[in-house]
Amino acid sequence: MSESVKKEPINWNSAMKEILSGSVTRTLLSVILGFAVGAFFMIISNREFLQNIGYFFADPLASLRAAGDVVSSGYGALFKGAVYNASAATFDGAIRPLTETLRLAGPLIAAGLGIGLGFRVGLFNIGGTGQLVSGIIWATFVATRMELPPVIHLVVAILAAIIGSAIVGAFVGFLKARTGANEVITTIMLNYVIISFFNYLLLDNNLLQGATAGGYTKSDPAAETARLPALLGESFALNLGFVLAIVAVVLYWWLMERSTIGFRLRAVGFNASAAKTAGINVNATYVLALGLSAAFVGLAAANQALSSTGGVTPTSHAGIGFDAITVALLGGSSAPGVLLAGLLFGAFKAGASAIQIEGISPDVLLIVQGAIVLFIAAPPLIRAIFRLPPPQTTNMLTALKSNLFSRGAKR
Amino acid sequence: MSAETKKEVRESWKTPAVMGVLSATVLVFFGILGKPEAVSFELTGVREVVQLPNIEVGSGLLGTFAGIALVVITALVAWQVSQNKRASIWFSMLFGAIALVALLGWLAAGNVVPVAFILGSALVLAVPIMLGAMGGIMSERVGVVNIAIEGQLLTGAFMAAVISTITGNQLLGIVSAMITAALFSAVLAVFAVRFLAQQIIVGVVLNVLAIGITNFLYQQWVTEDESATNSPGTLPIISIPVLGDIPIIGPVLFQNRITVFLAIGIVIVLWFILFKTKLGLRARAVGENPLAADTVGINVGRTRFWWVTLGGLLAGLGGAALTIGSSGSFGREMSGGLGFIALAVVILGRWHPGYATAAALLFGFSIILRIWAGQVSPGIPTNFITMVPYLVTLIAVVGFVGRSRPPAADGIPYVKG
Amino acid sequence: MKLELKGITKRFGTLVANDSINLVVEPGQIHSLLGENGAGKSTLMNVLYGLYKADEGQILLDGKPVNFSGPGDAMAAGIGMVHQHFMLIPVFTVAENVALGHEPTKKLGVLDLDAARAMVNKISDRFGFDVDPDALVEDLPVGVQQRVEIIKSLARDAKVLVLDEPTAVLTPQETDELMEIMRGLAKSGTSIVFITHKLREVKAVADKITVIRQGRVVGEAEPSAETAELASMMVGRSVGLTVSKKAANFGKVVLKLDRVSVLDDRDQRAVNEVSFEVRAGEILAIAGVQGNGQTELAEAIIGLRGLQSDSGEISISGLSGKNRSVRSVLEKGVGYVPEDRQKNGLVSEFSIAENLMLNGSFTKPFTKGLGIDFATRTEIAEKRVKEFDVRTTSSKTPAGKLSGGNQQKVVLARELSREVELLVVSQPTRGVDVGSIEFIHERLVEQRNNGKAVLLISTELDEVMALADRIAVMYRGKIVGIVDAQTDRAKLGQMMAGVAV
Repeated sequence: MSESVKKEPINWNSAMKEILSGSVTRTLLSVILGFAVGAFFMIISNREFLQNIGYFFADPLASLRAAGDVVSSGYGALFKGAVYNASAATFDGAIRPLTETLRLAGPLIAAGLGIGLGFRVGLFNIGGTGQLVSGIIWATFVATRMELPPVIHLVVAILAAIIGSAIVGAFVGFLKARTGANEVITTIMLNYVIISFFNYLLLDNNLLQGATAGGYTKSDPAAETARLPALLGESFALNLGFVLAIVAVVLYWWLMERSTIGFRLRAVGFNASAAKTAGINVNATYVLALGLSAAFVGLAAANQALSSTGGVTPTSHAGIGFDAITVALLGGSSAPGVLLAGLLFGAFKAGASAIQIEGISPDVLLIVQGAIVLFIAAPPLIRAIFRLPPPQTTNMLTALKSNLFSRGAKR
Repeated sequence: MSAETKKEVRESWKTPAVMGVLSATVLVFFGILGKPEAVSFELTGVREVVQLPNIEVGSGLLGTFAGIALVVITALVAWQVSQNKRASIWFSMLFGAIALVALLGWLAAGNVVPVAFILGSALVLAVPIMLGAMGGIMSERVGVVNIAIEGQLLTGAFMAAVISTITGNQLLGIVSAMITAALFSAVLAVFAVRFLAQQIIVGVVLNVLAIGITNFLYQQWVTEDESATNSPGTLPIISIPVLGDIPIIGPVLFQNRITVFLAIGIVIVLWFILFKTKLGLRARAVGENPLAADTVGINVGRTRFWWVTLGGLLAGLGGAALTIGSSGSFGREMSGGLGFIALAVVILGRWHPGYATAAALLFGFSIILRIWAGQVSPGIPTNFITMVPYLVTLIAVVGFVGRSRPPAADGIPYVKG
Repeated sequence: MKLELKGITKRFGTLVANDSINLVVEPGQIHSLLGENGAGKSTLMNVLYGLYKADEGQILLDGKPVNFSGPGDAMAAGIGMVHQHFMLIPVFTVAENVALGHEPTKKLGVLDLDAARAMVNKISDRFGFDVDPDALVEDLPVGVQQRVEIIKSLARDAKVLVLDEPTAVLTPQETDELMEIMRGLAKSGTSIVFITHKLREVKAVADKITVIRQGRVVGEAEPSAETAELASMMVGRSVGLTVSKKAANFGKVVLKLDRVSVLDDRDQRAVNEVSFEVRAGEILAIAGVQGNGQTELAEAIIGLRGLQSDSGEISISGLSGKNRSVRSVLEKGVGYVPEDRQKNGLVSEFSIAENLMLNGSFTKPFTKGLGIDFATRTEIAEKRVKEFDVRTTSSKTPAGKLSGGNQQKVVLARELSREVELLVVSQPTRGVDVGSIEFIHERLVEQRNNGKAVLLISTELDEVMALADRIAVMYRGKIVGIVDAQTDRAKLGQMMAGVAV
């Protein structure tokens, strides 16, 4: 910091206002509101509550108690099923839910990064599903139809997944660059085309159908040499896929924030005509961006194709291509944001069966997920509900940060 | 600033090129290399008043003639382009229809094609798509991109099934389906107009919510006792006197459920309102240039809100057509992507109710063709037939309608100074 | 109708766009509102028209206070407005555009387009407009579109007509025709508010002049007032648009255009067989009324716009060909200051430092392998901010938060600091405060003195005459002629109207 710049005194009040008006606060409040919406649905569908609500004025406590019970048992089960199971007999059993969350979060994070990359460039990649399936097709081909030495087989299979997905993305980018076709429409159409093609491949013994599948759409299991190795021993399902997702997060951060490619991607996303005037080839950037976007989705495809011991089916994409959109939105398309959002929605998936056991449909988590992102999409709504200050433009927070971080640092 | 407006750029050759490839495919594979067996077109069913003879023709012969007809159309379109005229959309439609007949003839070699059944089913299957697309058109014409049609169809389907069963009144079911979907659509409208939210994002999220809510309520409330909550039955089939007895046209058009008649009526009324009335002129102005509309005293926000919300009514009716208009009960995620097809239909139909209906019929036709082909000739890879309409849309988006213009302000929030 | 504005104040955040403005327009009067770009004229009129809500003040019509919550109210009260950017629906016909908002209808709200056509014909006959009611607006030339706007207002019985910079897009002839129309309207009793920054027009047509500067009324004048007096009121000091220049020292030809033809976005030929050369060490200015192909010409030189198939070539230091990429042109040593800096020159969400590397992301000094060299970037940014006098607290400030003049300095800092042989500069001082104008002019002359070739495209004749060594005048996509900088104003004016010399 240069000497000439006068240090402003710290104004805590305005710094606080800036924090309150910032996106982190808004995201947290959206998450809380989302859970509240979920609670609402749990309550109104609870039999006990419905029986007691008739006597609400006679005995308000009974219906409130019923409401409290159902919400706490629902979200309690979510915690137990997704984070820590205190009632398990062994330590392994107690932390198993957490490992499940990590396992399920892996592909959500990877695909979420992909969709987020698209958002940063101003592109709506709704085609996560089709790209994921394409990646699964390629990876399954390598994993079930090729024989390669260990490690190499796995590496080739993962690369196949990434390439298989990236090609679809790049094709969409090519169509957009060449003909101006809106990527929202082309990606949606390709989803259906690719899923139909996958079904076709899985129905033919000479193609991808497994030897023992009979008339069903199912492949052979991935060869042992091509399977993602377990991280915590065979008793846990958590495998290398999660580590790859973390690597992807770091790579994404570097790509978007530190590299010149990311600089150009962001420039095109904010203002394509200025980027074009600055000599950036916008059409090539669209192809590159959608290719990269789908490449991250391809990592999720590798996870789906190379994790299971049972072979892939038409539903192996597990809706990740679509969930990834909500992950990217909740995470604000930033690397740390997508990581956290992926973990949260991974936890939802992990906790689903525990909630089901409590007699509550796990679909309530889908409602929570949708509600959170709906609130995220409308900052003015959240501000209105919580009476937050309007967006602040002071430099207080930056000043505060530099004050905190420069303390003790070299002068 | 010259007054003459002669265009300097040539019309694109994309359309005739794509048509050329397709006609050659039909001519070679369905015609010259086609199957020798005869295909029989059954024009009238057994129970019909007026009976017509079946038409028999060799599959390969049909393919050849169809191929030649397609080549002729391609030549006409190529001529139009060479004259620097826009390729007529009617040629494209005729082209599509003939290509479909050729496909049908090839698939059904050695079999009987129940013409009335296929056309009638295509129409019934197209109705939810059509109605969803009409909702989409209402929304996009005022400048709000509507990806949430899927969710509206789904909520409509759910409400129609459940409310009809509980109240025992199907009309009430239809009304509640429409109102619920409209409320759903109103959320999109409010987020788009009031909160200036990204419309595509809100649409995606509303779909997630619709799936979540219907799945949740279905499992919590409906599955325990389906007979008390999810057995609405289907609407009665109404046969219009005299008209219903006309061969082919009668059973296809005039012996249907009320949902089909309503859908046809809605298309006509919507077309009329959009292009012939004050309301339509204002709506289109809002979708093209909201600031200009504002400066002549049109309330942009209100117009957008009501068109989007009322569009939801139509999509809700489309949802009702899925349950009480066809299958007779609700199932998890039963809209199965029809809302996205409706979105494609909006674009394929150039934001025009009439053309969109034609596009919806194409999708309806391909669905029934897949089902029927799977039954008559099991060797046919039905997965490829499934792909056809999506591929057509894809080709259309990059080739045929690549230059057709959406409403200029579609998807752009209007911020007042 | 008599229009009075009393103490109108409008703030945008901390910016005071209008500061207690008073204005009285008598019935049948042409009242000119004179002021520079960004003086607050348009804001004031948007307040009058109900598009903005005034923070303070009052609007009176015939002495009665009125309150407009939207343009609908203003129109109902008899105020019509022709905006600088036309408020027309391009895909509608003239009749539909005129009808929009107060549509004649038959039963059930069915449009009565015959009535709308009749209305257009009636007004158009009365004032001799010659407009086809069934033509699509997007197919009409700009001058005719403007008449459609006027018909729109008259069809609503406007008693006060506001014209916002109506001549910016018109040729001198069209401007004269418009003035004739304005006189006719005033004679028939319509009050006219004529917003402009062009002194000649004000003196030609106005009955009364109010001058606005930085959101305030700085004075009133009669049309008989001296031009110099009006100008100094407008800019707050005497305008000395003279830049001291050394005699030119011409070098080799850097930019050469040979029968170049280019299409605009509506596929019309915007640049028609244009040929000229720019040599090292000279400023060649392209003068002309806006919309005569200058924008497309600049974009074609940079490679943003392809040439027509029957077009000749553009060669820059030997680089030629029909489809040169923008990057290859920039790397050949061309600096480009686009006409619309918000849209094409800057990424407003990016910081100043990021904007300074916008076209430098491919090469050193900004890059380090595939990564960005952040240390160098910051260093360069700090240096440029100082060198070009960009007023900001930090080089990390988003460009969107800077004032127009400072934004332009960022663009110039980027383009002038690169190793260039040729500078293509479009409207460099549009929307820029007076202080920055001088700074920018000096920088451009400095480049020329250092032996760079400079192509200056400007619609401001004063700017052109002050900076250029040679002046090429463009009209309807053609170069009418190339003359030296001493050519007198009247002659240049004629050329801008298409009269060849």
